[in-house]
Amino acid sequence: MNSKTTSLIGAALVLALALAGCGSGSSGSAGSSGSNGAGATAAYDPDATVEVGSLYEPQNLDNTAGGGQGVTEAFNGNVYEGLFRLTDDGKVESLLAEDHMVSKDGLTYTFTLRSGVKFHSGKPLTSADVKYSIEKVIAPDSQSARKSSLEVIKSIETPDDSTVTVKLSGKSISLVYNLSYVWIVNSQAKNLTTTEDGTGPYTLGTWKRGSALTLERFPGYWGTPAANKQVVFHYFTDATALNNALLTKAVDVVTSEQSPDALANFTDNGDYKVNNGQSTTKLLLAFNDRKAPFDKVLVRKAITSAIDNKKLLSSIWGEYGTLIGSMVPPTDPWYEDLTSVNPYDPNLAKKELAEAGYGSGLSFTLDTPNYDPHPTVATFLKSELAKVGITVNINVITADEWYTKVYKNHDFAATLQEHVNDRDVVWYGNPDFYWGYDNPQVAKWVEQAEQSDTADGQTELLKKVNQQIAADAASDWLYLYPQIVVASSSLSGYPVNGLNSQFYAYGIKKSGGRG
Amino acid sequence: MTAYLLRRTAFLVVSLFLAAVVLFLLLRLIPGDPANALLSVGASPDQVAAARHLIGTDRPLPEQFVSWLGEMSRLDLGSSFVSTLPVGPEIAARLVVTVPLTLLAFLLAVVIAVPVGFLAAYRAGTWYGSVLSALSQLGIAVPVFWVGMLLITVFSLHLGVLPAGGFPQDDWADPGDALTSLTLPVVTVALVMSASLIRYVRSATLDVLGSDYLRTARALGSSFIGAMWRHGLRNAVVPVVSILGIELATTFLGAVVVESVFALPGLGGMLVKGFAQHDYPVIQGILVVSTFTVLLIGFAADLVQRLIDPRLRRSLGGNLSGDGA
Repeated sequence: MNSKTTSLIGAALVLALALAGCGSGSSGSAGSSGSNGAGATAAYDPDATVEVGSLYEPQNLDNTAGGGQGVTEAFNGNVYEGLFRLTDDGKVESLLAEDHMVSKDGLTYTFTLRSGVKFHSGKPLTSADVKYSIEKVIAPDSQSARKSSLEVIKSIETPDDSTVTVKLSGKSISLVYNLSYVWIVNSQAKNLTTTEDGTGPYTLGTWKRGSALTLERFPGYWGTPAANKQVVFHYFTDATALNNALLTKAVDVVTSEQSPDALANFTDNGDYKVNNGQSTTKLLLAFNDRKAPFDKVLVRKAITSAIDNKKLLSSIWGEYGTLIGSMVPPTDPWYEDLTSVNPYDPNLAKKELAEAGYGSGLSFTLDTPNYDPHPTVATFLKSELAKVGITVNINVITADEWYTKVYKNHDFAATLQEHVNDRDVVWYGNPDFYWGYDNPQVAKWVEQAEQSDTADGQTELLKKVNQQIAADAASDWLYLYPQIVVASSSLSGYPVNGLNSQFYAYGIKKSGGRG
Repeated sequence: MTAYLLRRTAFLVVSLFLAAVVLFLLLRLIPGDPANALLSVGASPDQVAAARHLIGTDRPLPEQFVSWLGEMSRLDLGSSFVSTLPVGPEIAARLVVTVPLTLLAFLLAVVIAVPVGFLAAYRAGTWYGSVLSALSQLGIAVPVFWVGMLLITVFSLHLGVLPAGGFPQDDWADPGDALTSLTLPVVTVALVMSASLIRYVRSATLDVLGSDYLRTARALGSSFIGAMWRHGLRNAVVPVVSILGIELATTFLGAVVVESVFALPGLGGMLVKGFAQHDYPVIQGILVVSTFTVLLIGFAADLVQRLIDPRLRRSLGGNLSGDGA
């Protein structure tokens, strides 16, 4: 019991920790959340502190340097503003742009900036800041998830301090929408990974990593001041710990409830309100459409019809969540209900399998991310598909392995994955995307949709895309997640939808009592 | 004793270096690409390559290792791949939670375990001796997080006397607040840790109680307490102290688990996240610091043992008595 033993213990600790880490995974997907708390409260305290509980701590404070979903939640619209804003119900509104004009050929956009806007550092907003901010997103080292959608920008000019001219290499009807993701930062600001200099209604107070981030009302804000004085985002890694905090009133609101079992504590409880909003997070059974057997439309349709999505959804989320039947959630402008295209019908599934030449059954491996809800869903699929003669081998992988094996190397037969972004049906127009859906007609529609002159034209084409991928069962869209915001009944004016991970806090009103 | 100290220090340095090498290699053996943590669905191959270049994982392994050693020798733990922020200051900030949690839990565990373990041995034949022994068995089988959740349910959700989690934003500015938020986590870890300590104390005491020297001392007229104090305790404490060093390290592991349950901003959360994201500098930083601490604790435990037990000084140290200590 001397030196040798203790050094062994040291090595064992290292090993134990290293092994413990192998199993833990995290969802690496990109963002989705959105506005409009329910319930009007009579009197509210304009100097209240709103305590927000969240599972998404920012990695750092720069959304072009890997800040992630957490920094979008805390900062988007609160600390930083874009030329446009995506409202909680999915509409795009002018924000820092007062007005914008599009040239006849659709290749030149001219934006006029709102006057009287100041950064938190006191510097007035100019067109140079806008140019700098957009270029930051499309720079070679940018890690922004929106980089590729803005690469259509050819040049940015600043004829005067309040005008920005953006020239495109091709028409892009989504430009204005995409610009709602671009934060306008002070072009002279430094250290944006730990500090901020935006134009929003709040400034950053403190950020204690691993614990909490505080926003303070900005007295020099150009618009309507925030309805509360301070917002504290408390960060949790454990959903149960987050719910306990809400139950003990350590937090007033949870931005996105991820623990269906815990909801029973809050429903039918007068102290809380459970808001069932719209999310954009879709759970997919994605096939590798390149390879047999999933290169056959009939096989994909058969699998889609063999799975009872309704039963799946209710077993995981109870009464919450939505069935969609395609990639498009109800908050996208081109949504339509396509759940009847491949209805749940095991007999039809068997017939389709026989027709495709798999009457005697088939088996495939399902790459399943190791975090909730994927393992549960995989087990459900396995038992459903067994009923029509299909054997599923469940292969559990980490989020990281998923990126390498499935996303980059396309080395898979089928996989489960959540896709969180709004308006992401356009990925079916890219044959190089991981699921390998290759339909030239669909690719063409996606391209034409982006070049439409009007939103209606775009909507019409993307509806066609949506119908076609559903008809081809390009993937199996199992369900749309619910977006559940649970809040103390003393709060009102909070966002309830799950768009783009954002959580606009400036409208939140807190009535009396606890400050 | 001086020679012993020198040898022991050299051993410490070599162990640390070996641990660093093993750590570096093991981390790279885990399949995965740290660049993945920086990306989201929709990232292009160019973005992946840019991310790899940015964090330097596109360089050859030996080059990465040498540059890491260089940083370490300057006491610089590098910067996180994911957050781009320096690792050292963040570890320091989080030690403010983890160190008090570990030490307090350890102290409480010892305070519980020593009398209970002694009693369990001294009254081994009685019903409560057996009950104590059985309870400690149960304690070993119960996972830390479960105890934590149980305590939260009782003391936070039902009684509402203690917070369910979190730590003051201003750390220890108000020690009362900080201690209040640490109370349940400390009790949680201490309860689980004391379970195994009780068993060590019990068996050490049993050995002593059955020993010839104790019987002889009693036969020579010592009272039981006197014999225990002069002979029994000194013998029983030797194996217990050596186990304490290991237990302190295990307490640290328990603290890591409990931090997540109680939403404490300590090293545990940082480490778990680091692993999930293959954030090598973060993992390496924490493990180097903790390995170093564990080795130091082992060192200290050895020294204490030698002070207590003159036989160790003679057989291993070369010198006869505790001259240098």
